[in-house]
Amino acid sequence: MNGNRPSPEALLKAARAEARGKLKILLGAAPGVGKTFEMLREGADLLRSGADVVVGVVETHGRADTQALVAPFALLPRRVIHHGAHTLEEFDLDAMLTRRPQVALIDEFAHSNAPGCRHAKRWQDVEELRDAGIDVITTLNIQHVESLNDVVASFTHVRVRETVPDACLEDAEIEVVDLPPDELIARLKAGKVYVPHEASRALGHFFSRANLSALRELALRRAAQAVDRQMLEQLRASGAAGQFAAGERIVVALGDQPGGEQLVRAAKRLADSWAAPWSVVTVETPHSATLDEAARQRIAAALELGAVLGAAIATIPAVDIAAGLADYARELRATTLVLGKSPGLPRFGHRRGVVVDRLSRELAEVTLHLVPLAPTRHARTGTIRQPLPWAGFGAGVLAIALTTLACVLLQRWVGSKPVDLLYIVPVVAVATRYGLRSALLTSVMAALAYNFFFLPPLYQFTISDPQNLVTFLVLTATGILVANLAGRLRRGERTGARVAIENAAIAGFGQQLASVSDAAGTAAIVATAVHELLGARTMVLMRDDDVLRAVAGEPAIVELDAIDDAAAGWVFERGEVSGRGSGTLNASDWQFHPLASALGVHAVLALSKADASVPLAAAQRTMFTTIKGQAALAFERIRLEREMRDLAVLRQRDKLRAALLSSIGHDLRTPLAALVAASGELAATSPDSPALQTLLGEARRLRRFFDDLIEMTRIEAGALEVRCEPVDLTDAVVGAAHDLRAELAGRQLVLDVPPALPLVLADPRLLHHILINLVGNAAKFSPDQAAITLRGERLSNQVRLVVLDEGPGLPPGEPDQLFERFTQASGSDRTGGSGLGLAIVKGFASAMGLTVEASNRTGGGAQFAIIWPADLIRRGSA
Amino acid sequence: MSAPILIVDDEPAIRRILGAALHRSGWHCDEAGTADAGLTLARRAGCEVVLLDLGLPDRDGLELIPLLKAMGRAVIVLTARDATAEKVAALDLGADDYVTKPFDTEELLARIRTALRHRSGRASERVEVGALAIDLARYQVTLADQPVVLAKREFALLLELARNAGRVITHQALLRAVWGEAHIDDVEYLRVAIRALRRKVESDPAMPTVVINEPGIGYRLNLGG
Repeated sequence: MNGNRPSPEALLKAARAEARGKLKILLGAAPGVGKTFEMLREGADLLRSGADVVVGVVETHGRADTQALVAPFALLPRRVIHHGAHTLEEFDLDAMLTRRPQVALIDEFAHSNAPGCRHAKRWQDVEELRDAGIDVITTLNIQHVESLNDVVASFTHVRVRETVPDACLEDAEIEVVDLPPDELIARLKAGKVYVPHEASRALGHFFSRANLSALRELALRRAAQAVDRQMLEQLRASGAAGQFAAGERIVVALGDQPGGEQLVRAAKRLADSWAAPWSVVTVETPHSATLDEAARQRIAAALELGAVLGAAIATIPAVDIAAGLADYARELRATTLVLGKSPGLPRFGHRRGVVVDRLSRELAEVTLHLVPLAPTRHARTGTIRQPLPWAGFGAGVLAIALTTLACVLLQRWVGSKPVDLLYIVPVVAVATRYGLRSALLTSVMAALAYNFFFLPPLYQFTISDPQNLVTFLVLTATGILVANLAGRLRRGERTGARVAIENAAIAGFGQQLASVSDAAGTAAIVATAVHELLGARTMVLMRDDDVLRAVAGEPAIVELDAIDDAAAGWVFERGEVSGRGSGTLNASDWQFHPLASALGVHAVLALSKADASVPLAAAQRTMFTTIKGQAALAFERIRLEREMRDLAVLRQRDKLRAALLSSIGHDLRTPLAALVAASGELAATSPDSPALQTLLGEARRLRRFFDDLIEMTRIEAGALEVRCEPVDLTDAVVGAAHDLRAELAGRQLVLDVPPALPLVLADPRLLHHILINLVGNAAKFSPDQAAITLRGERLSNQVRLVVLDEGPGLPPGEPDQLFERFTQASGSDRTGGSGLGLAIVKGFASAMGLTVEASNRTGGGAQFAIIWPADLIRRGSA
Repeated sequence: MSAPILIVDDEPAIRRILGAALHRSGWHCDEAGTADAGLTLARRAGCEVVLLDLGLPDRDGLELIPLLKAMGRAVIVLTARDATAEKVAALDLGADDYVTKPFDTEELLARIRTALRHRSGRASERVEVGALAIDLARYQVTLADQPVVLAKREFALLLELARNAGRVITHQALLRAVWGEAHIDDVEYLRVAIRALRRKVESDPAMPTVVINEPGIGYRLNLGG
């Protein structure tokens, strides 16, 4: 098993997470626990440690203590939006992106933006900030978490409409701002909690002790869950998650009753806390065909929510619910089956209880998890009111007339007794062909005709003999039974046929995809398939050198305008649906869907319907989701194939380059070594010859230039080997001083590295060269007797190693330019170097994840600092 | 009777310079341009130290190290300055020390002297580095005649360095000797212990002169030079 190898998805996720800004959520149980206060305090801490912190939005609600905390920050002006008669102030996303601080403080994560903003929700703003590499600290109350929405509403009776998807919380650092309920109530009574006027009565109920305790527990639990999950991700990335692979497997069965979304959310919580894979399924039975459009949309919406929350989704065709579920659960080796429990008595013909009983018998090893579903006022399950089957009625009348005629003729031969049996024939025939209602009418007519024509008194609708009454009832019952049976059979056939057609279509699509090996061909197939399925204008857009281009269109490729381009670009950036009918840039005429896999968004699917208000029909939705998934996989396959090819070429080129480097290195170094050794030997035998001393000095200088050149080439070729290990800066400093003892003879070298400095991660060889270069540089640019200091120091979240000299300081201009190649401080002829020294310092440092800064000392002289960020400092090793 | 020092290097220029430098210090030497010629010369009686270049035309110089050690020769490897992994590999195979090309003649001579001293077994008993004195027979350490109290691991570490005084010992070798085979990758242990050791045996712990670090390779008890 490859259980110990990190999964590529986990590694990719980690790599992507690294480049993004970090998100910290201060999670509270209720308004008033002090989240904003805490956010500002953390911001202030960061500010003090030298970070660039900007306040994006803070709701101080006029509280003086909070307002005082805002004072030290740079405040971003709000964006003013005129909406009808109102003037609204919103967070200015673009201003923040332009300002680009290290950390942004954004209050109220769940806030809904005013119309006219780029995103409908503030959490989307935050995601965009993070994509730009900005760290964000934000605040959130527990009832705004999507998957907990129902739970909170169930006991507080206050439903909030502003929710934040669970996915936002998954990679965030969550800190609970905790306040015991009694204290919060005391704060509320003291008027320290901001409550909007109009909501004060409703909130009075909300702030009950019981509610607050429950909310607090939820918040703490959610935070603990996030920590668990992040640990798990790390384990996966490090390949140690083998033991999680064979755990729980959850299947959620959606029924046709309302509350499917509630069920999905409940299952999501379960899946999260077990870290289990889960799927949401619905069983398509003959009965499903009679469901009305609202019920179908409901099921489709619940399936889609499942897909959004990370579940696999499926539609299972089966004769009845229990059998379908049992088969599927067994096939998937499910450990838990989640079902909804409707309130009230089971409805006639529905027999949910029977389903549960059968499942518990058939799936002995599977846990059944019944979730009580809250009653909702509207949204009853409905069946379609079918039009009256006039054809069936006509056929019934005709059949009875013919039968009666036949009976009358037959009566001559056999008497009137056995003809009642004959009347079963038209009832059965009509039942099979035209369904229940026609059959009922036919059986009534059959009974009446039999009574009228054959039972005494003849030609009257009266029944005198009880035996005749029985005949009449039997005819009716037979009609009902046969009609029911036949109807079921027919519907089953129809469902099976439809699923078979869909499966065939998907299989055909898959085959077509497999037959092409380039992106353009794939795009064409996808556009055609989607166009056929939805009847919408369809295009597939791909990105080529950052330019978005339509590569396929059905029926044709059309020009997109600026809004469309922005919306499509958005899908590429974020992997979310945008455009018409979505939460982002919905002024566009098109709706844009990502074709995305674990590797990212490969292409964008653009849809446009003449009547754009019509949403996807429920039956199409599942099919559409499947097509999107298959298309994304096809694009991924093509991309991987291309990357493999590119990689092979690149490897070959790298190999060549490395071979060239080492052969040039060897060929030039050997004669140089001989030259240096020979001149050294000569200089040692006649120490008084100035010519020989010059020869030795120049030979050494040539050697240094050459080494610099080789290192620089390595840096630029990306051929630098970096092996980081914990390093004691004392060691590093001593090693450098030791190696430079000849060059520094007669000069005072001050080594000031406090013993308590923690170990840092670095490649010892590269660090050694950095120090040699920096100290050599300091010696070069300062008077012969001036001291050079090497100082180690710990700042709040970094460790610095600084080389200080007493020379003339840096030349005028940007200090960063010093690290460019071939830049030399002026007037350095005497001690000149290759001009690569500082560029090498910078190249080595960035290869190890370090930064270098050059500045002037206040008392004269220059200083160069090597800086280790917090994640390269070993804790507790001091 | 062969000369006590053997140079194995495929570059005639380097061999000539080395020969001249050694000659000036009063040493005779033999020269070989290939691994096979080197091995033949090294087998002769009287050879004590081999200066071995690793980039030989016929064989990888690393392969020669165990053979030379089995003959009882001291081995000093000549390597390029950026070949950290190569140096560690050579030391782990038993090389006594290394000198980086292009080398400083004085440094090379000091290394040869140290290697010769260790070979003759005279390096034991008592080691002095500046004001620090280590008595290997009696397990006593004094700094400026004052006894130094060391923790068990610190003492074991100092002992290992003192037994090989003047020679570089790789991180892994030190970790193996002091902490055991299971910890040969825990460089962090070593860094912390070295730091503690320096606080006790260095006259100025901020500017150590006793325990010297070889970046990425190991530590050396500095005998001067």
